[in-house]
This record gives sequence, C-alpha cells and structure tokens, in this order.
Amino acid sequence: MLKKRLIATLLTRNGRIVQSVNFRHTNVIGNAFTAVDFFNTWAVDEIVILDVSLNKNFREKFYEMIQGLSRRCFVPLTVGGWVTSIEDIRTLLKTGADKVVVNTEAVKNPGFVTDAARIFGSQCIVISIDVKLDTNNVYKVYIDRGKEATSLSSEEWAKKVQELGAGEIYLTSIDRDGLLQGYDLQLLQSVTSVVNIPVIASGGVGHWQHLVDGINIGNTDAVSAANIFHYTEHSTKNAKEFLHKAGVDARETVFYKVTQPRRPVYEIDYRV
Amino acid sequence: MGNLRYVANAFVALGQEVMVTSNPNDLRSASAIILPGVGAFSDGKRNLEKLGFIEILNEEVIEKGKPYLGICLGMQFLAQESYENGCHKGFGWINGNVKRIKPCESKYKVPHMGWNNVQVQRKDGLFVGLGEGPVFYFVHSYCLDIEESSFNYVTSTCWHGVRITASVQKENIFGVQFHPEKSQGAGLKLLKNFVDTASGATNA
Repeated sequence: MLKKRLIATLLTRNGRIVQSVNFRHTNVIGNAFTAVDFFNTWAVDEIVILDVSLNKNFREKFYEMIQGLSRRCFVPLTVGGWVTSIEDIRTLLKTGADKVVVNTEAVKNPGFVTDAARIFGSQCIVISIDVKLDTNNVYKVYIDRGKEATSLSSEEWAKKVQELGAGEIYLTSIDRDGLLQGYDLQLLQSVTSVVNIPVIASGGVGHWQHLVDGINIGNTDAVSAANIFHYTEHSTKNAKEFLHKAGVDARETVFYKVTQPRRPVYEIDYRV
Repeated sequence: MGNLRYVANAFVALGQEVMVTSNPNDLRSASAIILPGVGAFSDGKRNLEKLGFIEILNEEVIEKGKPYLGICLGMQFLAQESYENGCHKGFGWINGNVKRIKPCESKYKVPHMGWNNVQVQRKDGLFVGLGEGPVFYFVHSYCLDIEESSFNYVTSTCWHGVRITASVQKENIFGVQFHPEKSQGAGLKLLKNFVDTASGATNA
C-alpha cells in the first residue's frame, strides 16, 4: 500500500528561503542547503521548492541552487515557480527536479498542461491551485502568486486539470497560509471528493495534529508544511512520529547506519 | 538524465568513484556496472544497441562476472521481452517478461508512484540490515513478470493491487524496480550493500 507522504515546502525568493503569511513574504530564513540537509536526515518523504521571487531575474541562480541541492537530496524533489514553457520544464528536470509544479500558466493556457503531460508524463506534472474563500462562500482560484483572481472555483478547476493530464494537485489555502490554524479542511474535502489524482494539502499547519486532520478528514494523499519545519529541532522526524501514533500509514523513520566519508568528493567523471 | 545524476550523486555520497559514460569501452575498466533508467523500454534498448553496449555488457557481466545493478528500466532490461508499446527484446539474462501493471482494483493507480514497502524474500545481498519490510520510492507503469522457473531469483516483492517484482538477484546480476537513489536512508543502505557485495566479489 502506498504510504501517505509528509512534504516539506521551501519558498525561495532571490535565492534565499523565506516565510510566508497569506502569501506575503515575512522573514528570511536563510540557506536552502542547510534546510535540505536537515530534512533529508529527518525522514521527510518529499521536498517541494517554489521560486516565489517577484520576477524571473534570479532564474539562473535558482537553477544553480536546484542543481546544488540535488547533490544532497535523496528523496523526490518537486520544483516550481515561474514555469511557463516546455523548455522551463525541461531545464528543471535536467537540473535535478523529479516533478515540476505549474500554476498561473495552466490557467492562462490549459493546453500547456496537456502538452507537458504528453511530453514528460503525467506523473511529473503537478498543478498548484491557490484558493481564497470569496464573500459568497465560494472557493475561488487565484493566480500570479495569489494576486490575480480568476472566475474558476477550486472544484471545477481541479476536475479540469485532472482531465488535462495533471498527475497531482498541490492545494493551498491563501487564507490559511502562515496562520498556524490548520488546513482549510472543507476546501481539501471539496477537491479530494471530485478528483482521483493525489492531492497535497498546503497552508496553515501550526500543530502536528493538523497534518493528521489533512489526511484523515481532508482525505489527502500527502500533507505539506513550510514555516513550522524551520524553527523546531528534529521537526520532520517529530511530525512523522506523531503521524504514526495517530495511526496514519506513513513511511517509518527508521535510521539505517550508512557509513559515509566525512568529506565526500563531488567530482563525477562525466563523459557523456 | 536527472535520474542518472541522482544515482551518481548517491554513489559519490557513499565515497565511491563514479564515471558516467556513453562509451561501452569504459565498462572494461570499471569494477561494477550500474544501469539506471527511466523512459520507454524500446528507446533505451535501441540506444544501448546503437552505442554498442550489448556485446560488451555480455562480456563483462555474463562472461567475466562483473557486478551489475539495474535500476528501474535497468532491471527491466534483464527480461527476455518487453510488451511496452509493441514487443522488444531484452538482455534475456533472467526468464521473464515486462508487462503493464494491472491492479485488481481501480483504487490502485498506474503509474505506481510513491513510497511502498517491500517484502524481503532474501535477506542477504542488497537487503543486509534492512529488516523485513523496508520502504522504497517507486515510479513505473510496467513491471518484470518473472517466469516460474526463475522465481528463486526474486529477492523482494511489493503489493500494488497486484504482486510486483521489486528486486531480483542472479549471481552477480542485481535489479531493483524502485529508486534507491530517491529512497533516503534505506536506499543509500541498499546501494552501500551493493558496493560491499561488489568489492567482495572483486577481492575474491
């Protein structure tokens, strides 16, 4: 049986890790490499890195960072932010991404999702959906880093991206983002009940119980968090243990003794 | 390509010297051969043929007994035939064929993608120190269906609405369907076991 996944999300802005509250960037956390090293040893199942820079000017630096991170990341790496073309996806996959996240461009040009899924396979195309509850109690989809409202509801857009060929949905509540109040469970249910591709919950984790709720009540396949992981020692490991105690079928945090040289040599003799 | 880089990185992390090559002659000087792979069987096989890998792989792995580790597609190549988009010949090193995963219930999705635990049948070789049911990361739509005569080569299986061959070993030939380079501690441990087995074989 496939395990429920615990995902650590890193937001990077101009090459630095930042925190976010309602999609506004607050403090700079610092170095992405330290974060990935910790998550790697702390039993996280997947790492998502989203470039939330205000423009594409730091793109080269972002690619360099992904390439560097991929040398020490031995779990699946999902990368997104500013993905607008097939070439962007190809570059990210070459740079070290296993899966690529698409958001704004999918709404602007739905055919792009189908093309991307055909070329790279559905399993590597993740559609990120950012949602805000409007005054009529409808979950509305937002694009361009939460700045631009669309006419789409989260349910109809989720169904649509599944039809277009998306392999997975990364679902974020803008209202809950960074507020530590837990996921918007009603939003999660509304989407997981209409699609059968995996859904990743995002936005609002303030306690490990929120992760359990995301899986047991929101019916998601994976739960992600960002801010909460940065400030606690052994954070992802503790989160995992909490999930186990709550009876969630997640990968166990077994420690396997592998002797690694203190200073690994990173030179690989590439002859291709 | 990404997959290849990760496999190389994992062996570097284990302190091994790694060469990534498209020249089959480089295999002669290697102490072990790793063939990772994602993508379609037919394209992969055609490229290996075009570059002249088949003959040299047969010499090095079958005749000289050099340790071989096939990952994902690299394990599927061990088969006699693959039915992915037509019918294509494999290396034929293990009796079996590559078929699409057909789960018994629709709740099991194809591709089989994510973390799954394997049932270890042979605790030596790659699985030393990994316990009864280690968890590995899988991404695949096709799997190696082993013929009854070769069942004893299966070292682990997993369940995804159908029994899936997760790994095989026939003497110096190892194959894993999952991605150890993406399976964190368990994956690195398995690759370390391969290194130990391989260096044991060279020293002997």
